[in-house]
Amino acid sequence: MYPRTLHQPDQPILDVLHLSVSYEGREALENITFHLHAGELVAVVGPNGAGKSTLFKVVAGVLPPTSGEVKISGYGPRGHICIAYVPQRSQVDWRFPASVADVVMMGRIRQVGFFRWPHRADWDTVHAALEAVDMNSMANRQIGELSGGQQQRTFLARALAQEAELVLLDEPLNGLDTPSQEAILSLLDKLRQQKITVMVATHDLGQAASRFDRVMLLNHQLVRFGSPQDVLTSENLLRAYGGHAQLIRGADGTTTLADTCCDGEEEHE
Amino acid sequence: MNNLFNIFLQPFSYDFMLRGLAASVIVGVVCAVVGVYVVLRGMAFFGDALAHAVLPGVALGYLLSGGSRDTLFWWALGAAVLVALAVGRISKHAEIREDTAIGILFASMFALGIALISTVRSYSVDLSHFLFGNVLGVSTRDLVLTSVFGGVVLLTIFLFYKEFLVLSFDPVLAATLRLPSGLLNNILLVLMALTVSVAMQTVGVALMVAMLVTPAASASLLTRRLWQGMLVSAAIGAFSAVTGLYLSYYFNIVSGSAIVLTATAIFLLVFLFQPRRGLVWKKR
Repeated sequence: MYPRTLHQPDQPILDVLHLSVSYEGREALENITFHLHAGELVAVVGPNGAGKSTLFKVVAGVLPPTSGEVKISGYGPRGHICIAYVPQRSQVDWRFPASVADVVMMGRIRQVGFFRWPHRADWDTVHAALEAVDMNSMANRQIGELSGGQQQRTFLARALAQEAELVLLDEPLNGLDTPSQEAILSLLDKLRQQKITVMVATHDLGQAASRFDRVMLLNHQLVRFGSPQDVLTSENLLRAYGGHAQLIRGADGTTTLADTCCDGEEEHE
Repeated sequence: MNNLFNIFLQPFSYDFMLRGLAASVIVGVVCAVVGVYVVLRGMAFFGDALAHAVLPGVALGYLLSGGSRDTLFWWALGAAVLVALAVGRISKHAEIREDTAIGILFASMFALGIALISTVRSYSVDLSHFLFGNVLGVSTRDLVLTSVFGGVVLLTIFLFYKEFLVLSFDPVLAATLRLPSGLLNNILLVLMALTVSVAMQTVGVALMVAMLVTPAASASLLTRRLWQGMLVSAAIGAFSAVTGLYLSYYFNIVSGSAIVLTATAIFLLVFLFQPRRGLVWKKR
């Protein structure tokens, strides 16, 4: 049941092979193939409805692929508890009667095991995780009392408490002010130092270029995946964004792309 | 002083009142605790449907046993489990919206139940017992069944506390942690079915949803942790049961109604006066 028994050390943490997903005949993802190695920090960009959430859900094992396969450290999707998926904030019921520490402990319930209650050591792990995201002073708050950035950090702490090795963050920076965004981004750098692999769906192409190792440009198909310089060219961006793109040529010769799309929902819940 | 004691003790000098009290308190507590999940997961309509859909099962048992009430609990239990799992399946493979499916199922099952009961001559009396419960008719056997199955429900909720918590708060986390979500969901549905069967004799089919929802709703306004909500809800459920029985005894009201109205009065008080968030505080 535990992740390490399912891991081959010499394999990439994530292999996605010829992955396709369709809903009601409509193709959400077509023939996606890529590999991630331990400790990579990857930005996933693309217009709304490009299939970013769908990709994350398939990788997390929440949604079955229509065809193709997903391998975690060389093994199929079953049995892994090393993947953490942090949903968009709009997908969470913030009035739910749970404290910050309760939510973080939720990440550990498989380590605790059925018919058992968390031990002292589990609570220590929870508080260490909260300490790592600078949230331990809020441990007993009800989750609805938090700001957007604090909510996002709580879910990151949950991924840490889960001892996740692959963390998927769906639009974690949306609607946050600059200091809160900066706090999250520097946390992601910390995760990279711990060899935790992180995929982040984002609309901010500037951050994707400056803060991530690799960028994945997605629009149903994998338009391009590689270093930010290779991927974020105007040609690629126009291919991915089509009519939603707005290219702005700056005075210093840099190209800026304004994603005219919004912070709305992805194509499914 | 003596008089005051008498007011509280007199009703329970009768054995049937004592049994009724014990059954009501157990039902009040079990409904209130299960109700916390019903409220959290937005399943109030489902609870109502489940209670109503039990009626044809009970009616069938009633007809087949020639009017005996001994086996009714088992008929109710069978019907409730069947309906709960069926609706669980329907909502998974949704071609129509879940609330529409429940609406169709619930009204038609209820109609079938009434149709069956109406074939018996004395149907209006029996029907009213099914619809509104009959606390004073609780036998020792009924009380044993109520305690055993009520206990099973509470024990299961205790054992799966953290799994149900995750499933209710974040089904996606449940899936990424590879929890057996389908199985756990079905366990939760069966627990609701057990609760409905246990509560049928005390509050009846028609008012069941109030026992599930009202104490839990009051508790949700007063607490910020799931386990606290369960404890407070259970306390409100038990208190409503006892108070309701007194009201029933002294004012000659049907006990199910009296219990539900007490729970409603508590909810209104909480809604108006809850610390910091209540209507009364907001006015200032």
